Amino acid sequence: MTPDILNTIEVILNGLMTGVMYSLVALGFVLIFKASGIFNYAQGVMALFAALTLVGFQTGQIPFSHLINEIFGTHVHNWGPGLNSVLAILLTILVMILFAWLVEKLLLQYLVNQEPIILFMATIGLAFFMEGLGDLMWGADIKTLDVGIPSGGSFWWEDVTRTWVSEGYEYYGMYIDLLDVWAAGIAVLLVTILTLFSQYTKTGRALRAVADDHQAALTVGISLRSIWVIVWSIAGFVALVAGIMWGSKSGVQFSLSLIALKALPVLILGGFTSIPGAIIGGLIIGVGEKLFEFWIGPLVGGATENWFAYVLALFFLMFRPQGLFGERIIERV
Amino acid sequence: MKFTKLLTSLALSMSVAGVAYSDLVIPSLEYRTGPYAPNGIHFADGYADYFTLLNERDGGIGGVPVRFLPCETAYNTEKGVECYESTKGEGSLVYQPLSTGITYQLIPKATADGIPVHSMGYGRTSAANGKVFSHIFNYPGTYWDAASIIVKHILDQEGGDLNGKSIALVYHNSAYGKEPIRTLEELSKKHGYDLTLIAVDHPGQEQKSQWLQIRRERPDYVMMWGWGVMNQVAIQEAANIRYPMENFIGVWWSASENDVIPVGQGAHGYKAIAMHGVGDDYPLYDDLRKYVLDAGKAAGDGSNLGKVLYNRGLYAAMLAAEAIRTAQGISGNADITSEQMRDGMEALSIDAARLAELGLPNFGPPIQVTCENHGGPGLGAIQQWDANTQSWSLITDFAGADREVVDALIAEDSAAFAAENNITPRGC
Amino acid sequence: MFYRESGDFKTSYVQDQQIFPILQDRVFVAVVIAFAFLVVPFLINDYWEKSVLLPVLIWSLAAIGLNILTGYCGQVSLGTGGFMAVGAYASYKFTTAFPELNLFIVVLLSGGVTAMVGILFGLPSLRIKGFYLAVATLASQFFLVWLFNKVPWFYNYSASGQINAPERLIAGITITGPNAPPWATYLFCLIFVVVLALIAKNLTRGRFGRSWMAIRDMDIAAEIIGVAPLKAKLSAFSISSFYIGIAGALFFLVYLGAVEPTEAFGIDKSFLVLFMIIIGGLGSILGSFIGAAFMFLMPVLIKNIMVNGLGWSPDIVAHLIFMIVGGLIMFFLIVEPHGLAQLWRIAKEKLRLWPFPH
Repeated sequence: MTPDILNTIEVILNGLMTGVMYSLVALGFVLIFKASGIFNYAQGVMALFAALTLVGFQTGQIPFSHLINEIFGTHVHNWGPGLNSVLAILLTILVMILFAWLVEKLLLQYLVNQEPIILFMATIGLAFFMEGLGDLMWGADIKTLDVGIPSGGSFWWEDVTRTWVSEGYEYYGMYIDLLDVWAAGIAVLLVTILTLFSQYTKTGRALRAVADDHQAALTVGISLRSIWVIVWSIAGFVALVAGIMWGSKSGVQFSLSLIALKALPVLILGGFTSIPGAIIGGLIIGVGEKLFEFWIGPLVGGATENWFAYVLALFFLMFRPQGLFGERIIERV
Repeated sequence: MKFTKLLTSLALSMSVAGVAYSDLVIPSLEYRTGPYAPNGIHFADGYADYFTLLNERDGGIGGVPVRFLPCETAYNTEKGVECYESTKGEGSLVYQPLSTGITYQLIPKATADGIPVHSMGYGRTSAANGKVFSHIFNYPGTYWDAASIIVKHILDQEGGDLNGKSIALVYHNSAYGKEPIRTLEELSKKHGYDLTLIAVDHPGQEQKSQWLQIRRERPDYVMMWGWGVMNQVAIQEAANIRYPMENFIGVWWSASENDVIPVGQGAHGYKAIAMHGVGDDYPLYDDLRKYVLDAGKAAGDGSNLGKVLYNRGLYAAMLAAEAIRTAQGISGNADITSEQMRDGMEALSIDAARLAELGLPNFGPPIQVTCENHGGPGLGAIQQWDANTQSWSLITDFAGADREVVDALIAEDSAAFAAENNITPRGC
Repeated sequence: MFYRESGDFKTSYVQDQQIFPILQDRVFVAVVIAFAFLVVPFLINDYWEKSVLLPVLIWSLAAIGLNILTGYCGQVSLGTGGFMAVGAYASYKFTTAFPELNLFIVVLLSGGVTAMVGILFGLPSLRIKGFYLAVATLASQFFLVWLFNKVPWFYNYSASGQINAPERLIAGITITGPNAPPWATYLFCLIFVVVLALIAKNLTRGRFGRSWMAIRDMDIAAEIIGVAPLKAKLSAFSISSFYIGIAGALFFLVYLGAVEPTEAFGIDKSFLVLFMIIIGGLGSILGSFIGAAFMFLMPVLIKNIMVNGLGWSPDIVAHLIFMIVGGLIMFFLIVEPHGLAQLWRIAKEKLRLWPFPH
């Protein structure tokens, strides 16, 4: 093969990997939308908050230390050397469950049966609140997140692909980031677990029942409120996973919450209600924006990815207004 | 809405009370929140701590205490405008917004209000032309100086010949990131290297395409004009594709601990241009620890001392304080006004002896500001990151830019600005 | 007792159809407008102009624009920032290409250009609905900002891609640029806001408004009773964009004076305006004003109280502002999901009955 073809393959491959990273964020949106019809604007901030909490536990930070120091004039920062990653992750999951419970208790239970846009707005309020809370709790400085996931280009893959090139060409081998491979593996695992959970457990069936019809679910005795706590907990867990993967790339800082913007085109492309849709949407967006940047980008000056993802999603919507895997919108008068 | 306005006015009237006593007002448009907070915090801490030190140790500057007015902008232009408007009435001496957007805002406004703006190594490069921009200063160096010094460093590495070499510029797709392009294009004509421009959109968390392109095209050198999360991701991706880090050179805003530490060992050898010294091995730091940190008066938690952006904040504050001293000398008046401050900045002169006296020996190059040159000496050194010791070190001396190219560009751009805004350049 | 319509007899259709049927309302609005035109210009200073009044006026205008589209016609849009950018760049091109052109005309023309762009990006709304449309409008947001950042013609080939508002005068009074007096810029914006708000109020009460609301409430039903969705939706998009474009032009020319597309018209601006209309009240012109004031002034107010009043450190306050604003949004939604304007409406209802509620 000529290097041109190999380069294209490389771009596609990396696009797929990036797409998986987008999907990780989009999954959280889908879970909550499916179960409660809420478009959760706070998903990105939840990822940031989860990652901040994780790093806080890992490094042994005292929450609100800045505020405490300001009020009491003390100089506290750390309570100890910190926890190991597994323990810290478990504790963070507990925090996210607590968070889910609080959200249901203090916010959602008062907003049952409101219009979608009102619920959307409520999650915006939540996002604002968590943004301030996260910074106040753990500080706004940048933090290094390392839970032991390898990163960097794979030598093995480089060596393997170097032999694919035709005679007479110079070729460096293909690049693939180990972190992305791990992310893909984790995403597959996550989707499998979620699918098994929703198909074969009692709670999972209750989840699907609620997603199908709130009222019918209520009449057969499913507690809507506990289901919501469960869904938000799972979404919190997914946010943690996304936070870990993205945070390992860039450090944990405010910008982490902006990854939600990259998940939106994935979401509309795949459909708001479909977990496989989130994955496949992510793959299409990832490959599409990378290929466009590769082929067309140099002609128009580059940095096209941000808008092209949306244009691509828009293009698909023209043919399927409910997204690729979304539930068919049936309108009756 | 009425009630809101009433309360606002109430709060305002409270804030305006107490202007009567004599003091030197230094506003600090800082950002400790928002996407660029990690960098903003370091700078703001250094800026605040230096003035605290002057107040605690010397009782202010020339016997007049400094009143420090922090105002949070979150790197947001509208908030910056609000901060400017709410502090300018207090007799503010100089503004240092640490944001390209806010600087561009303030250029016409502050000039009209007669308050100097010091955009130290950022903002509008052609403001170095003091004939057109009477109230705007960007000493000790500009982006175009930086671009030229980096190219000079590359020339040194390559033994003075760049013909057939290729340089890629990875830049933040905004006014800030686009600044060096013109200079690099001019220099490429002169030195014969190929220039590849690679834009990264805000915020820059996803740069796979850009670095795959670099991996394919294998430029000999990569320069970076980034800020915020874009820096960490770029350095991480460069490490991932195993780009030789010593050929990867950032501007001074892509050169803090924040940018390299998250990358870990992979960032070893990353270079950047520096406008001042690194580390905390200066006598001034003893005073800082004694009077500010140990007294519990530090702006932050004290963990940032000696970091690159902390030093930059400190440097900015030191330059402002020296300008105040100069202004006090010129006007013979200890409680100076903003116009006198402007004169002080224009007459600022700091030599090596003065730096040593301040407890910052060899911290930066000597600075001489004049009426026609607001850009200072335009000197920069190259600093390199050592991931083993987690520290930066300067690996070259402070060197000058290619003045022939840079000055021509400054003259051209400031003339365009003057024409667009009907400014007659003043005689110097 | 005093605030009611009984006893306020209408003897002609004109009277019956006026905007504010209750006498007290008319008096109140007249007093507010008279105060804004006749008193405020004499009191205004730089701080009030640049930090409070101009931004609130301009954001109100943008909020009215988006409210027409989202509140009245039911089409959720997140392209506001992009459309404001169109207005700003159009005004920049007009005023630099034709320096003699009157600023009023420049601003109106910019609105017109934005309206056309709005129609173009409104076309997908014929097929895509709800949140899908919201995210689809993001395409316009990102594309437009990218375009203005990329194509040098839009920023007259300046080195950094920033655009600066040149100094322009109307009848010898400086309106744009750093030397413009606060009262002049304020009045310039106020004229646009008052006139356009009154037009919007009338539009929404008229044939257009009713067709929009029919589409909003159920588009298929509306189609069946003879409202053309194409016409209704595209007219909403164009009129909404016209308002937003004017807001963008004023934002650039009068308020900021120098903008860069990625920062000044980013996605956060689109969200901000959407927050304003939801908090203020969807489908309410008054709500647009209340929402803009709430979202813009609340942080400034909290900051002034806490930093200047109580002397807390600004970074902690900045974090607290996020928490308080977020908390208030949630609180108001729980108390009154239909926005602050609804609270006002309820208060008026109570006033009508007071002091004999039964």
